[in-house]
Amino acid sequence: MEDREIKGVIEALLFISGEPLSPDRIKNVLEEIDRGKIKSLLWELQQEYDMRLSGLRIVEVAGGFQIVTPPEVSQWVKKLKKIKQSARLTKPSLETLAIIAYKQPLVKAEIEDIRGVDSAGVIKGLLDKRFVKIIGRKDVPGRPILYATTKEFLQYFGLKDISDLPTLKEFNELAEEEGVGSLS
Amino acid sequence: MTYQIKLEVFEGPLDLLLHLIKKNEVNIYDIPISLIAQQYLDYIELMKDLNLEIAGEFLLMAATLIHIKSKMLLPQEETVSEEEEGEDPRAELVRRLLEYQRFKDAAEELGQREERWRDVFYHPHDITTEGEEEVMIEVGLFDLIDALREMIEKIPEKMSLEIIPEELTLRGRMTAVMERLDIAGPEGLTLWALLDKDTTRRAIVITFLALLELARVRFIKLLQVEGSGTVRVFRNEN
Repeated sequence: MEDREIKGVIEALLFISGEPLSPDRIKNVLEEIDRGKIKSLLWELQQEYDMRLSGLRIVEVAGGFQIVTPPEVSQWVKKLKKIKQSARLTKPSLETLAIIAYKQPLVKAEIEDIRGVDSAGVIKGLLDKRFVKIIGRKDVPGRPILYATTKEFLQYFGLKDISDLPTLKEFNELAEEEGVGSLS
Repeated sequence: MTYQIKLEVFEGPLDLLLHLIKKNEVNIYDIPISLIAQQYLDYIELMKDLNLEIAGEFLLMAATLIHIKSKMLLPQEETVSEEEEGEDPRAELVRRLLEYQRFKDAAEELGQREERWRDVFYHPHDITTEGEEEVMIEVGLFDLIDALREMIEKIPEKMSLEIIPEELTLRGRMTAVMERLDIAGPEGLTLWALLDKDTTRRAIVITFLALLELARVRFIKLLQVEGSGTVRVFRNEN
């Protein structure tokens, strides 16, 4: 098979898959092609879409690749499909999610330590939305529940994987940027 | 002395403290604790006046602030050298505030990502694959009777009094239904579409009986999209 053909197959698979497609899953279909090749063709395809500036893009999200419509065309997409968008996450939800994302796995008490407020309700909401999951219990007295983020979380925020999160700011950097005073 | 306080909604005591520090443009590493504590308490007072529910955490923080303030009021022991400072009573609070601020920033970044990514759409999973056929469910008899009743109710009364010159037979109608389904192809036809040419009660009933008979001998399938009442009629391929 020529590269051009393989690329065509990959494009078709991306188009038809309703979720991010990992190079491994593509390999399951294109058995004889090696994984490295699939990955480099995926990137080529991605670039081609970017350069063409079409109404479609290929994004790397939640451990796979996916064909999506970029925000620039969203108003028309929404008009056609009458997409019902869920409400944006509240500040407490985003805050709790950020703590879980950076510190996972962790228990409720650790979240509440940082936030300074009771967080049971917020955590439950995040569990319901499937942005957070229970991954076990911590081996300490009381065996509290350990929380971590999900694939849906990555997808919702357009993250490749958890290391794709921006690094947390350092304390002194913070103090200066936020105008909360500076080191004397 | 009264402050003009614009009430913003704070998530918790740390959030409120950060706000006060920022508003007063003070150094977070050298918080003027009596000023901040006073404003913090004023704030809580205001929340009380507004009958806002004050979470226990706010009160706990108030106590902490007062505790730090009292510690700072105690005369510092004049130690030998200035460099040799004891632990600042505010240190723990500062550490917590900065830690909280980090995640507040991170949350804001997530919020920006959310804003951008919620307008990114992908092709929905709408291709029916093996094992996913349960999207369509088989129609129960009651659903069919409901549909029939609705259809009959829609006939204008006057029309139903007209005499139909044409001869309607069950067999003839069965053939007609099969012909229409052939034309429609794999998409099938909705029950409404099949019945829409029938303008009399009698015609509708005969078409209906034809459908039941065809379903019984398995020439056709009657399926309903789950969740909606729409009945679709398909030619049975096998």
